[in-house]
Amino acid sequence: MRVDGKGLIDRTKPVRFRFDGKDYAGYKGDTLASALLANDVRLVGRSFKYHRPRGVLTAGSEEPNALVEVLGPSNQTPNVRATMQEVFEGLVAQSQNRLGSLRFDLLAVNDYVSPFLSAGFYYKTFMWPRAFWEGLYEPIIRRAAGLGSLSGKHDEGTYEKAFAFCDVLVIGSGPAGLMAALTAGRSGADVILAEESHVLGGRLLSDGGTVGGMAAGDWVAQVVAELLAMPNVRIMARTAVTGAYDHGTYGALERVGLHKPARPNLPRECFWRIVAKHAVLASGALERPVGFENNDRPGIMMASAVRTYLNRYGVSPGKRVTLFANTDQARGVARDLMAAGVSVAAIIDPRPDASAVEDCPVHVGAVVIGSRGRLGLSGIQVRKGSETIEIETDCLAMSGGWNPTIHLTCHMNGRPRWNEDLAAFVPMEGAVPGLVAVGAANGSMSTHGALVTGHAAALNAVEALGRKVSVPLPEAEDMPYRLKALWAVEGKGRAWLDFANDVTTKDVKLAAQEGFRSVEHMKRYTTQGMAPDQGKTSNVAALAVLADATGRGIAETGVTTFRPPYVPVSIAAMGAGGRGEGFAPQRFLTSDQASRDRGAPMIEAGLWYRPSYFPKPGETTWREACDREVNMVRQAVGVADVSTLGKIDIQGRDAGRFLDFVYTNTFSTLPVGRVRYGLMLREDGLVLDDGTSARLGENHYLMTTTTAAAGLVMRHMDFVHQAFCADWQVRFISVTESWAQFAVAGPKARALVNSFLEVPVELPFMGVAPVRIGGVDGRLFRISFSGEEGYELAVPTRYGEALFRDLVARAETMGGGPYGMEALNVLRIEKGFITHAEIHGRVTAHDIGLEKMVASRKDCIGKAAATRPGMWGPEREQLVGLRAAAPISAGAHLFVPGTEVHRETDQGYVTSVGWSPTLGAWLGLGFLKDGRARLGQKVRLVDHLRGLDVICEVCHPVFHDPEGEKLRA
Amino acid sequence: MPELIAKSALEGRSLNLGGVSLAEVDVGPITSVAVLPGGAKTVARGLKALGLAMPEPNTFVEKKGLRIVWTGREQAFLIGAESPVLEGAAVTDQSDGWAVLSLSGPAAADVLARLVPMDLRIVACPVGTALRSQLNHMNAVILRTGDYAFEIMVFRSMARTAWHELETATHMVAARAGVKI
Amino acid sequence: MRLTCPLCGDRDRREFYYYGAEDYLHRPAEGAPLADLDNYLHLRDNPAGVTKDLWYHEAGCSQWLLVTRNTVTHEISGVELVAGRKA
Repeated sequence: MRVDGKGLIDRTKPVRFRFDGKDYAGYKGDTLASALLANDVRLVGRSFKYHRPRGVLTAGSEEPNALVEVLGPSNQTPNVRATMQEVFEGLVAQSQNRLGSLRFDLLAVNDYVSPFLSAGFYYKTFMWPRAFWEGLYEPIIRRAAGLGSLSGKHDEGTYEKAFAFCDVLVIGSGPAGLMAALTAGRSGADVILAEESHVLGGRLLSDGGTVGGMAAGDWVAQVVAELLAMPNVRIMARTAVTGAYDHGTYGALERVGLHKPARPNLPRECFWRIVAKHAVLASGALERPVGFENNDRPGIMMASAVRTYLNRYGVSPGKRVTLFANTDQARGVARDLMAAGVSVAAIIDPRPDASAVEDCPVHVGAVVIGSRGRLGLSGIQVRKGSETIEIETDCLAMSGGWNPTIHLTCHMNGRPRWNEDLAAFVPMEGAVPGLVAVGAANGSMSTHGALVTGHAAALNAVEALGRKVSVPLPEAEDMPYRLKALWAVEGKGRAWLDFANDVTTKDVKLAAQEGFRSVEHMKRYTTQGMAPDQGKTSNVAALAVLADATGRGIAETGVTTFRPPYVPVSIAAMGAGGRGEGFAPQRFLTSDQASRDRGAPMIEAGLWYRPSYFPKPGETTWREACDREVNMVRQAVGVADVSTLGKIDIQGRDAGRFLDFVYTNTFSTLPVGRVRYGLMLREDGLVLDDGTSARLGENHYLMTTTTAAAGLVMRHMDFVHQAFCADWQVRFISVTESWAQFAVAGPKARALVNSFLEVPVELPFMGVAPVRIGGVDGRLFRISFSGEEGYELAVPTRYGEALFRDLVARAETMGGGPYGMEALNVLRIEKGFITHAEIHGRVTAHDIGLEKMVASRKDCIGKAAATRPGMWGPEREQLVGLRAAAPISAGAHLFVPGTEVHRETDQGYVTSVGWSPTLGAWLGLGFLKDGRARLGQKVRLVDHLRGLDVICEVCHPVFHDPEGEKLRA
Repeated sequence: MPELIAKSALEGRSLNLGGVSLAEVDVGPITSVAVLPGGAKTVARGLKALGLAMPEPNTFVEKKGLRIVWTGREQAFLIGAESPVLEGAAVTDQSDGWAVLSLSGPAAADVLARLVPMDLRIVACPVGTALRSQLNHMNAVILRTGDYAFEIMVFRSMARTAWHELETATHMVAARAGVKI
Repeated sequence: MRLTCPLCGDRDRREFYYYGAEDYLHRPAEGAPLADLDNYLHLRDNPAGVTKDLWYHEAGCSQWLLVTRNTVTHEISGVELVAGRKA
């Protein structure tokens, strides 16, 4: 119910929202949880395994119970914590993990058979028949146990990722965080203050009190106003820091648009990578529940949450509240409620020496041992000595003390320390370099302690940054934290530890009894701490119960490892921008539009988009177009854009010497104006790449690499240069993007090329010359990847599209035209030219028949390894051609006809295939054991995937024009 | 004889949104100057004739419409005019290899913060900074040309992707404006 | 993870390509004993502690870097240019 005059909500701005099909009203500033509680909705969900009725337990991101699905126009977001979801006009949410309605969940039957569903039940129960697991047991268990569901549709929402940098990152904006941000901010340092909630102030907004002689809320408002006015301070509200990573990097998730109706381009969430020189962890502490029988009913809540709902949202979660708590601080909850006119039925304090003086009945040395109320709390049983007291109550505020929120300090392998006075783990100092935990996160439980430690940490950071500042410390309460640890009340019934995953004290004890004594084993056996909340409210209590059951201390039992992220992060936020066009850069040729204009489908070659083929009217399959294009090149002339090949400009007196070192063959002897094919090895002797290099001048070469390995070759050459010969007179740079280059191939290639040149040239095969084309300086190479007389014409990229369109138009008047990747591939297979399908990283120069290219009179990268035994010889698979009358496939394996098809009888494999219109046969390239000695033999080609079983003839890999007469024509 | 028409990667595209201006710009010739071992002195003499010197790492210098941008160890791009013959250096024309985008406006740094893993606060990245870094997945040279202005160089073939990334980020930053705490 | 490139300064790990141990810098001369080649190509330590390895500033200045780092604490205690290193 709403309480008048309380809360930070804006009562002038009512908001309508819908939950489980029913309309409700709340106010701007409400969370879904506070608005539902204001409407007296206590039942908000069903538990994970037993489908028990559940209500709101907390008021923060640690919420294990109140998980809902939020329905948007294009998405359904499951497992949203109602305690974090702000209400907005038109918000639609629904409860999850139920069959039927929330009040009559049919799966609640699980609760009645719970004795059979204890920890590890499915390991024990669904053992046989084995085959039933996938088909029957698992689907049923998955349906019954679980969380929210997805819409099954593509998420069309917008997500964002971004980078931020600062001197000081302050995580949390309670008293410690605000003090740290204020101190660092006044020093002039660049500060980011990240706050998970939508308002700043942390517990000061809930617990009241005074700071610096003014009401805590006023102090918060004053500090926030000052911070907002500082240009060097960036306040990031709704931003949870999710992980601490190496060298001052932090991950953070910002809820950008989740509290508003969807808007185009407005990100739902943003995943930040924040780099900070210093970080102050002021994440506070999380209150922990107490285990007692049926402690999970709607209406049983954390005491601090009750106080937050009252003071921050103006809501009392009950009309007649009881308090069960073992600290003095928690008494404030009861006092605030009474001051607001809410009836407090009793305070139950397990500490025998606690004060009994309050304005309501107080039972000291007493514990709550049970509760009743089917869909919501109606009463509790209290044991005081030998006496049992029944109390009518609709809300029990419980507190078993506090656990410092140390998670981030553990993300880089930091092991927390057990502090006996706090009965809690505190951070290991220096566990995350540059990060200091302050305030409650470091075990300073009073407001004074928070201010002092936040101030001190900021001063240290400021000093390290070489700055100076003096900020007075405001006065605040410094109440001692007097706690008697109470994890679970003795009793027979089920007492919940992990509400989110339905783990009870019995499950933990059972785990210990069955030998899962290590905390890590207990976690995995019971699933404690494995739900979306990662056991934030239950971890320490669970290991305390485990410690007790195994007769060890808590420190000795240890704690499981906290890993990032601190709160669930949607995959969409982490992968923001990586969908569709954002997945990888797209590289487009200058001829791209011209090819698309001709209807060419594009094929991806690395990041490049290249035309697959150029369909003509009447052609119905790609093969028809491909065959025509192959014939066109063989009989007339074809034009292809080959700009994707890597081009590296190499200059300097030692350029030739350098090429001799990276290539197996010799380039220093290449005459100016000539081109040579080169082979490049890795140091382990395997082939890295191949391509041609041209000598443009005495100290000037132009290397080409394959499209696929352009980046790889550059990296390799940089390494060789910098590691072994940095002092040589050689420098090189990629010019791939600077030149548009077109292959012109076929018997009419020379005529076509010469028609373009201002001064026709007579180039020998493997020659290069500068040319003038339409007033532009270009280069002409006489090289061929097709086996026909071939040229490559290069012009500065800006002229690429014009030249391509013109070349193609003129080729067409000569019976030629453009050809695509498919035809290019067939042409090169016919000629036995290799690509990275063949030089795939496991072949040697010998395997591809190029061992003679490894020059004997000089050293080169990979030479020593290439000449080792095992890198050459008949036992290796060698490049061969394959010829067949039926379709064959790349990826197929080769066998001796008549032998069994088996791994051990495998003779090799196929790397490239194509239909050759020139030879009227299926041709392939592949690797066959001792292949060069087996020319003319038959092999059996088997492809189980495509169902092929074909007899092929082993051939020399060069099918077309083996003497190269056409090339040299 | 053919007449070859020059085309830039994005044909001079531009966009104005939420106080951010994005446009393809023509910066003129781009020449890589890579100093060969022992060539520093002669290169310095050659550049001095233009009123320039090899720039310090991560910086660029602009004089009379000529720019020299640090791009690597003993390497710089001379932008805005044809390079003179420089003894002691490998000189390579890069004019056609790059697309250059200008991004300006009060939110320009916010847009880049979505794409560039670099500290672009004016204290860390003052005017005159030249960064070799990334624009999302693309290698880029990023120049801080003004308090609220950048120029971004990417490989020409990736210009459309670079445009897409910057446009998308600009739309998101614009949509965020008005979302206050 | 971040690396300080001696030329470009403090950078995010995404700008770098990782290669392997510094052993790759110790290329045996032609005709060196086989054991040297074996060491160079195949034999690697896997220390829990300080190690030196090679990173390439691929999205930056294209320099190869020799990085000294601790595999346990993740502390990076030195980054030098391969091209400018002391022999």
